[in-house]
Amino acid sequence: MASVDVRKVFKRFGSVEVVHGIDVTIEEGSFVVLLGPSGCGKSTLLRMIAGLEEITSGEIAIGGKVVNNVPPKDRDIAMVFQNYALYPHMKVYDNMAFGLKLRGAEKATIDQKVRQAATILNLTEYLDRFPRQLSGGQRQRVAMGRAIVRDPQVFLFDEPLSNLDAKLRVQMRTEIRELHQRLKSTSVYVTHDQIEAMTMADKIVVMRDGHIEQSGAPLEVYDRPNNLFVAGFIGSPAMNLVEGTVKRANGATQVVTADGVSLPAGANAVAAEGSKVIYGIRPDHIALANGGASLDVEVAVVEPTGAETLVVGKLGKTDIQAAFRERHAFKPGQRVPMTPMLDKVHLFDAGSGRRLG
Amino acid sequence: MAATATALDPRSGAALEKLGRWLDNRTVLSVLFMFPAASILLVFLTYPLALGVWMGFTDVKIGRPGIFIGLENYISLFNDGVFLLSVFNTIVYTVVATIFKFGLGLWLALLLNHTIPFKAYVRAFVLLPYIIPTVLSAIAFWWIYDAQFSIISWGLSQFGLIDRYIDFLGVPWNARWSVIAANVWRGIPFVAICLLAGLQTISPSLYEAAALDGANSWQRFRHVTVPMLMPILAVVLTFSVLFTFTDFQLIYAITRGGPLNATHLMATLAFQRAIPGGQLGEGAAIATAMIPFLVGATIFSYYGLQRRKWQQGSQDD
Repeated sequence: MASVDVRKVFKRFGSVEVVHGIDVTIEEGSFVVLLGPSGCGKSTLLRMIAGLEEITSGEIAIGGKVVNNVPPKDRDIAMVFQNYALYPHMKVYDNMAFGLKLRGAEKATIDQKVRQAATILNLTEYLDRFPRQLSGGQRQRVAMGRAIVRDPQVFLFDEPLSNLDAKLRVQMRTEIRELHQRLKSTSVYVTHDQIEAMTMADKIVVMRDGHIEQSGAPLEVYDRPNNLFVAGFIGSPAMNLVEGTVKRANGATQVVTADGVSLPAGANAVAAEGSKVIYGIRPDHIALANGGASLDVEVAVVEPTGAETLVVGKLGKTDIQAAFRERHAFKPGQRVPMTPMLDKVHLFDAGSGRRLG
Repeated sequence: MAATATALDPRSGAALEKLGRWLDNRTVLSVLFMFPAASILLVFLTYPLALGVWMGFTDVKIGRPGIFIGLENYISLFNDGVFLLSVFNTIVYTVVATIFKFGLGLWLALLLNHTIPFKAYVRAFVLLPYIIPTVLSAIAFWWIYDAQFSIISWGLSQFGLIDRYIDFLGVPWNARWSVIAANVWRGIPFVAICLLAGLQTISPSLYEAAALDGANSWQRFRHVTVPMLMPILAVVLTFSVLFTFTDFQLIYAITRGGPLNATHLMATLAFQRAIPGGQLGEGAAIATAMIPFLVGATIFSYYGLQRRKWQQGSQDD
């Protein structure tokens, strides 16, 4: 196992710069997820770690050794591709054995390693099949088997679950996570799915437009998003973001929207009086008001998911979403008094989008 | 519909109904739909082929109907040195030209598969030899191989590599190599473009996976490119062999089979004997003698073209 250090890495394709000076440290044995919308440079970064793309400037080190000029085969890494990239003309066994064969491993060693990996991944009975005779999930497992037989320093995953259906995706998510706990191998995982990132990562690196927006433990990123982009990107349903002006009265801070709705922001909010801010509150941090000051939300749509009830409504002219664990039977058009949990309110600077406080 | 017809005229209504039912019959319909295509094939393919085979068993000459003479033509051909030489020439021509066409064509396809500037133009340019009418390029080769004005001889003598002009078309083996070179030049684009199409269907991520698995460029070629290209290679190989084996134009325009019949292929000899020579029966027999070779090549390709086991099953990626 080894750590991966990415230092001031830039990537240009011709005159277009797609990665603008990324710094990340991936600790030995950790599971790091590169998360971002498509085109944010996360796959390019992964491919640079793999050696499939050249690094325009900066350094990538694996296990302390700079690998900028080391060809992919000598970096001691394995990669799981989005389309699996299984060799269609080789049986499952040979797909997994190929890398070992090329490295001149002995037949008995190869056989033992392939069978061991097949056991871990429940592939033993498919070893004699061609990739086309397998289902999507099985192919996915073969692709992982091909990676683990090599026992590499670092595993790279490039959106490995995006070709699977929703149910299988959840199942494979758990399997990959289990596999990581078992092998304790350094893993870098690229995805645009924030649920995958939240559930699998030790550390999430949120990227946008070739920059890192924030990196940290999943719950840390969830609880304290650094900026508006991260706040909106992480979490489903997405955080409510409402623009307004800070007003202080009687020791309490409020954010007043353009149409005059006052949103309570808690006592410890650090925002100057009169400044323009974005007020953020997650749907599950809105509760029903129990007397006292409340927000008057007009219900538009109620979406029960079984586990929770999602209420989409209007607060003045702003759309707002609230999620409740209880099964409320609200009707469209009904006015419901709600209140945000004050300690869960996020304030962001309206100009820069940065977190305040 | 039948009801309205009956209302108008009871008798024609019944007939129409009968016709309608008859046209609804699947067998009738399928015969009807196949008729146009089948008639074209019968008139322009089956009939000439059958006529040619039949003529091979007769002694028909131009302007004189012949009588059935059984295998006489074939027996005389098997004792005919020129015919046997033409069989030898055809095999050498086909085998050597095919090897070069595929070697160079694959190489060209691999080069074209790289990112190169002006890709589209370069690819179009490569097709040029294939677009030029055969006779035109044959005439160009005729000049290139001319005993006195050959540009190759001139070039080599300018570099001081030879002191006498090469007699390309006057010496048997020189002539054979010369027409093979011309055929290779003409055939490469077809092979290269077909194989390039095949190469482009190979997912780049397979090469990346192989690179990560530790394969060098030769191993990537050997373990990824070659097996993935095999199906299309078999198709192109078959077509190329068939075209080369039955080649006529190039030879006839450059050498007419000379010198001393050294470049006579079966096709040119068949024409030579049948039309200028007037021995239609014998010419037809020579042409018919090509059939076993062609059937052999087709059977080979039939097995080559069968879907390989790994190609079976779904592909939902």
